[in-house]
Parts: sequence; structure tokens; C-alpha cells
Amino acid sequence: MSNSSIALDGNGKLPSYLIDQGKHKGILAWLLSTDHKRIAILYMIGVLSFFAVGVSLGFLIRLELLTPEGTIVSAQAYNELFTLHGVIMIFIVVIPAIPGIFGNFFLPIMIGAKDVAFPRLNLLSWYLYIIGGTMILLSMVLPGGAADTGWTFYIPYSVRTGTNMVFTLSAVFILGFSSILTGMNFLTTIHRMRAPGMGWFKMPLFAWSLYATGWIQLLATPIVGITLLLVIIERVFGVGLFDPTLGGDPMLFQHMFWMYSHPAVYIIIVPAMGVISEIIPVFAHRTIFGYKFIAYSSIAIAVFGSMVWAHHMFAVGLSNNAEFIFSLLTFLVAIPSAIKVFNWTATLYKGSIELEAPMLYALAFIFLFSIGGLTGIIQGALNVDIYLTDTYFIVGHIHYVIFGGTGMALFAALHYWLPKMFGRMYNKKVAKVAFWHIFVGFNILYFPFLIMGWLGMPRRSYHYLPRFQIYHVIATVGSWVLVAGLLIMFINLLRSLRYGKIITENNIWGGESLEWKVQTPPIAENFEEIPVVTAAPYEYKENDEPVLEKEEIV
Amino acid sequence: MEENKTLTKHSPGYGIYILVWLALVTLTALTAAVAGISFGKFSIVVALIIAMVKSYLVLSEFMHLKFEMKAFRVFVVVAILFFLLLIVLLFQNYSYY
Amino acid sequence: MSTENQAVIHVHRDDVGARMGMWLFLLSEFLLFGGLFLMYSVYRYNHQHDFHVAAEGMNVFLGTANTLILLTSSLTMALAIAAMQKGNKILSLTLQIITFLFGVAFLVNKFFEWRAEFRAGNYPGSPILTAKPSGQILYYGLYYTMVGLHGVHVIVGMTIIAFMIRFTIKGIINKDNYVKLENAGLYWHLVDIIWIFLFPLFYLIT
Ligand code: HEM
Ligand SMILES: [Cu+2]
Repeated sequence: MSNSSIALDGNGKLPSYLIDQGKHKGILAWLLSTDHKRIAILYMIGVLSFFAVGVSLGFLIRLELLTPEGTIVSAQAYNELFTLHGVIMIFIVVIPAIPGIFGNFFLPIMIGAKDVAFPRLNLLSWYLYIIGGTMILLSMVLPGGAADTGWTFYIPYSVRTGTNMVFTLSAVFILGFSSILTGMNFLTTIHRMRAPGMGWFKMPLFAWSLYATGWIQLLATPIVGITLLLVIIERVFGVGLFDPTLGGDPMLFQHMFWMYSHPAVYIIIVPAMGVISEIIPVFAHRTIFGYKFIAYSSIAIAVFGSMVWAHHMFAVGLSNNAEFIFSLLTFLVAIPSAIKVFNWTATLYKGSIELEAPMLYALAFIFLFSIGGLTGIIQGALNVDIYLTDTYFIVGHIHYVIFGGTGMALFAALHYWLPKMFGRMYNKKVAKVAFWHIFVGFNILYFPFLIMGWLGMPRRSYHYLPRFQIYHVIATVGSWVLVAGLLIMFINLLRSLRYGKIITENNIWGGESLEWKVQTPPIAENFEEIPVVTAAPYEYKENDEPVLEKEEIV
Repeated sequence: MEENKTLTKHSPGYGIYILVWLALVTLTALTAAVAGISFGKFSIVVALIIAMVKSYLVLSEFMHLKFEMKAFRVFVVVAILFFLLLIVLLFQNYSYY
Repeated sequence: MSTENQAVIHVHRDDVGARMGMWLFLLSEFLLFGGLFLMYSVYRYNHQHDFHVAAEGMNVFLGTANTLILLTSSLTMALAIAAMQKGNKILSLTLQIITFLFGVAFLVNKFFEWRAEFRAGNYPGSPILTAKPSGQILYYGLYYTMVGLHGVHVIVGMTIIAFMIRFTIKGIINKDNYVKLENAGLYWHLVDIIWIFLFPLFYLIT
């Protein structure tokens, strides 16, 4: 039934990827490794460190907003704060997070490959990522100050402002390049490296989600790349393409920016949906409901997601025709996402649900993402959005979708896969305590955003009317709870790497995909011999008792 | 999916490349020549059609697209469609006021 | 249940995969220029007349010459690969070097063309250009960015070819393993295709 040669003897294991095997030792064996699993760990270190920076900045923004006038920083510093917060969270945290960490680690294993198609390019992607990220950090300390345009870099202000724009924009450009290389790598891997018998519809849904994401990364990222490059060119050479005084069209910048940045929200969320599609069936002990629907809906999201960008521009004076079309298409794009939510819910129905930490986060994902999605539909309605755009409602929406979506999925994935990656289990009780702090803190923090936005509180504003203060105070208190939860969670996870209970079984949770059939932690090239796949990825006997594998090991 | 994983195939003779090149040069001459004639609004269309024919030749012959597995051609078509989609949607804004 | 009957396959390398990666990357490059083509189409649509007037000033002769140079370099590149497939290392090497030299010729032409424009005062921010109608400023803005970005790609392509020449001499690229050369060729042809579109859009719209 299982991987006999590897698993039979829990103690006499083969050396895992964590033990240096190449010609380098120590830190170099990591920094020069082309093993997809080690690169995944490198990404994890990068992403989580930047996440810590991003959260600290958000925390400061919240402190600043405790009072309607200046509280702890100057107005200029405030502008830099929310710009950095947005840039770091979007371009350095959530876009690379799930593909970079879990895609790298598990995609090859899930499809039965020894590595990705281009291991060295994979390492290059990571270096570009770190260079880009470091440049953003540097932009804070260099003279001139960090960018203060908001993460959207709208012209003409981004051409005029005296802050370190060129530096910041180059950094984002480099990050984009890294993302393109990852996408290209994963697409080739999925096309060329699937194990014998691993047909397209035998792939785990996480692999499908990475496939759809890969295409968006590949085709949409260069558009924002060139757009930001043009802003740099405008600043350096003054060619006029983005300078209204010379005839340049500021609206065209917004079009080109959102041509990428709307699809980018799908780069952010589709892999997260893939994670959820893995976790739900495992902890409901049921076959996923509507496998093909979920697989195809990833592709549908990629396609429709490319056609709605101008819903970020309803208030800038589009043509009537464009407003109508983009509003309509925005409603359509909600359908494939809704299909997934329905399928997950249907999978839960009559399942025997086990509320382990990964499952809690996955359920939180469904709940929070649904709120985010529904607020999105509200904004998609043209006439309503004219009123809501650039208010705190948008900021609430962003956080419910991105943090409630991808953030929660990232945490779910950490709790689901980290034990597999390191062979140690975290403290499950503490994990649940952390979860409840995060979940409650999250809602105390972001729900007031929706309310005060609805009442007219503007976004990116240093001063505000005293009548909004009560909401800001509640939100700030929420941010303390949330940050406390995050601290508990990360300390628990970090501690587990050292002191956690050692895991010997391959299949920790009773999953059916290939990563649960290889050794914990996996060996250098994943499989002693490339497996031949015969089964579909989610073959649970309907509503089964814990899956066979577990009994075998006992 | 499972075709030969290593070496490519076919090595077309030098002759076919030279023919393709001749065709490309002729088309270049053609497009430069007709640029003088005024087709009004259609001059750009004519120029673009010629450019597309030229790119098609380069893609399929020089770049061996016609020998590659089907997925490669699908990729190229997907990218082109994506670009066309962007242009069509973008002009929903610029051509209707 | 799945890892039991294992088939042993020895895949040492996957040339199709290598080319697939390259193609995907090229599609990304295509959309990088795609963004500029979008921009061109919008600005041209809004400033038809100015674009015609500005294009009058272009040196059609140099433009055509450069088109022919790139087309021919594409030919020599394709031939270099064919020669390698047939095992004719010396011929392949010669053709690669010729391709490289065509690249140099292209850049030299460009240099003269741009120098003439600069001398005529048509550079970004110059008083002469800034005084012109905005459509013409945009035309020149697009001209410099699109042709400039293309030029950068020519330089990258030449660098890649230089490496290929080295690999060929060293025998890393040989009759049985030439996918690197094929990929270099793919890149070079893409540079050619982009020029195929830039040429009519900037030189032939008078
Ligand atoms: C403890 C965690 C966080 C806190 C306290 C926080 C707080 C905030 C606040 C107060 C703003 C509004 C700035 C303004 O417009 O005045 C904001 C904006 C934003 N946040 Fe967060 N945030 C957190 C986590 C995240 C995460 C995880 C993401 C992404 C995954 C994220 C993405 C964004 C984005 C994109 C914006 C919009 C920035 C802009 O409008 O320029 N945030 N955040
Ligand atoms: Cu959007």
C-alpha cells in the first residue's frame, strides 16, 4: 500500500534534504543549493521576515491613527509608512509567499518529480527576490526617503515626488522578474515532469492552482514591468509618455498598472485556494466535491481575471461603454470563485470534520474570503463604487480578501506542511490559542474599516474627522490582539523546529497526495525511484474513519 | 505528451531557410513600396498584415514552431489572444466617448 | 498505493522542456513589448496627424537597411543551428560569428540614426522637441523607448550569442547537444520579430 522501501523502518531513515549532501557545507550548502526544497526554505525565511516588517509598519499606521491629528509620526512619514506597508505586503509577501514556499517544496513532490524543470533558474528567482526586497528596505534609509505614492505609484505624483522612486520602482521591477521566472519554471515543470500515470486530472488541485497562477505571472507581470520602467524613464529622461504637461495620459498609466495588478490579486489568491482545496478534504475525510469544477475554475479565474482591471478606475472618468463592460465583467469573475466556495462547503457537508489547526485556518479562510468577495461585488457595482472608492471600505476589502484569504491560507499551509518539511510537530494546543487570537483580532481590526468606509472615512488620510475616532480606536485595539496572535503562532512554530515532537510516520494527517507517501522529512531527490501513479488525488472512502495508512503505521 | 525527450528530429536543409529569407526580403520590399501609396486608413492595416505574415514565417520556419509539439503552438496563440483581449478592452475606453 | 510498481526511467535531459521554458519566457518578453504597443496604439489613435508628421522625419533608408540586417542575421542564426545539427562545427561557428557581426552592424546604424536625431534637436526634453505639438513629443517618446528597449534586447541577444560561440569552441555545444544554441536562436528571432513590427509602425506611416 505505501512506500515500502522507504517507510517500513521509521528509524533507519535515509538522510533527509536537511542534511548537507553536496560539496558545500553549512550556510553555503543552502545559499548555493538548487534543491527545490532548500530553495523553498530560503523563500520561507525571506517571506516571513518581510512579513514581520510589513506587520510592524501596519502596527505603526494603526498607532498613528489613534487620534484624528498627528499622534506619533509626521504626515510625510505616514505617507511613506502606508506605501511601504502596501509595497512590502503585496509585492514581497503575498505574491511570492505560497508559490515560493509551498509551490517550490511540494509541487515537484506532488506530481512525482525529482525537482523543478530549471533548478538553477529557481535559485536565481530567489536571489532576485531577495535583491528586490532588500532594495525596498534600503529605500527607507537612503536619503530622499521611501516612496510616498501608495503602492499604486500613480502618476503624475510618482514622477514629481522627491522620494526614492527610481530605487523603489526598480526593486518592484526586479521582483516582477523573479515572479515571471517562477511562473515559467512551474509551467514547464507541470508540462514536462509529471510522473508516469500522473495525468492532468490526477494532479492535486494545488498543482492546478499553480498552473493557472503561472500563466498569469507569465503574461501579466511584464505589463506592469514595462509600466514601472516607463515611470523610471519618465523621471530620468523626461520623454513625456507619462507627463501630462507633454501630452502623456495619466489614465493610461492606471490602465496599464491595473492590467497587471488586478490579475495580481489572482496570483495572490489562486494558490491560496489551491492550499484550501488540499486541506479541506483531508480534515473532512471526504473526497473533494467537484474536482474538475475546482480545477477549471482556476483557469476561468485566470481568464476572466484579466478582463476586469478597470473596476479600479470607475471614478476617473472612463467612457460609458467601458464602465458598463467592466462592471458587468466584474460580476462574472465572482462566479468561478463562488464555485470553489460552494465546492468546499459541499465537501464539508456530512464529512467527519477534524478541527486541527490547519483546518481552523482553512475554515477561517472560507469565512473571511467570503466577506472579502461579497464586499468586492458591492464595489463592482458601478454607481455604488463611485461612492466607496478611496474610502476605508476598500482598505477593509483588501484586507479581508488578501489577509483573510492568502494570509490565512499561508498560516493553514504552515500548520499543515511544516511538520512534513521539518519532521517535528508544533504544540497543537498553542496553535489553536494563536488561531483564536488571530481570528478575533482580525475581525476587531478590519470590520470597523468596512463600517467607517461606508460612512465616508477616506483612505490614506493622515487627519480625519473626530466622529471616526471610535472606529479607529477599536481597530487599533484589534491590531494588538492580532499581533499578539501572530506572535504566539510564530513562536510556537519556530519552537517546534527545535523542540517539537519528532514525527516518524510519512502520512501525518492522512492525506492522499504524493507528498504524504514520501519520507518525513523528504530525501534529497524526493523519491528513491520515480513513482507510477494510478490513483486520483483524493480517493477517500466516503466519510471514512482515519485513512488506512495510519492504521498500518500503528 | 510522451514523445522523445532528448534530441530533436529533423534537420531541415539549408535551402528552405534561404527560401524563407527570400520571402521575408520580398515582403520587406513590398511593405516599403506600398507605404508610398496612400490607402488612407488602410495603410496601417496593410503594413500590419505584412508584418504578421513575416512574423508567421519567422515563427514557424526559423523558430521551428511547426515541428514542435502542439502545446507550443497553443501557448503562442494564448499569448496573442491575451494581448488582443487587452487591446480590445482598452479601446472600450478610448474609442467610445 | 501508487509508488509500488516503479518504472525506472532515465531522463538525463529534456530538450523539449528546455525549449518550452524558453518559449514561455519569450511570450513574457512579447508582453513586455506588448505594453508599449498598447501605449503606441492609444497615443497614435489620439494623435493621428501628429504621428504622420513626426514620422516624416525618420530615415527610412536606415530603417529598411536595419530591417534587412536583422532578417539576414535571423537567417544566419537558423543556418548555424542547422549546421550544428548536421555536425558541421566550423560552419556553425562561422555563421554564429556572422550573426553577431550583423548585430554590431545594426547597432552602428542605430547609433548614426540617433545621432542625427539628436543633432536635429529631437531628443527628450530639448527645446525644439518640447515646442512641438504633444502628439509629436509622444511619437518621439515612444520611438526612443521602444527602439531603445529593442536595442537593449539586441545587446542581450549578442551577449548570448557570444556565449554560444564560446560554448561551441569548447565543444559544450555539439552535434548531440545543441539545445542551448537553439534557445539562443529563439531569443534572437524574437528580437527580429519585434523589429518587424517596429519598422512599419515608426518608419512607414507617413
Ligand atoms: C497586523 C497586520 C496589518 C495591519 C495592522 C494593517 C493595517 C493597515 C492599515 C491601517 C492600512 C490603511 C492605510 C491607509 O490607507 O491609511 C493598510 C493598508 C493596506 N494593507 Fe494592511 N495591515 C496589516 C496586514 C496586511 C496584510 C497581511 C496585507 C496583504 C496581504 C496588507 C495589505 C495592505 C494593502 C495592499 C493596503 C493598501 C495600501 C494603500 O492603500 O496604499 N496588510 N493596512
Ligand atoms: Cu480588481
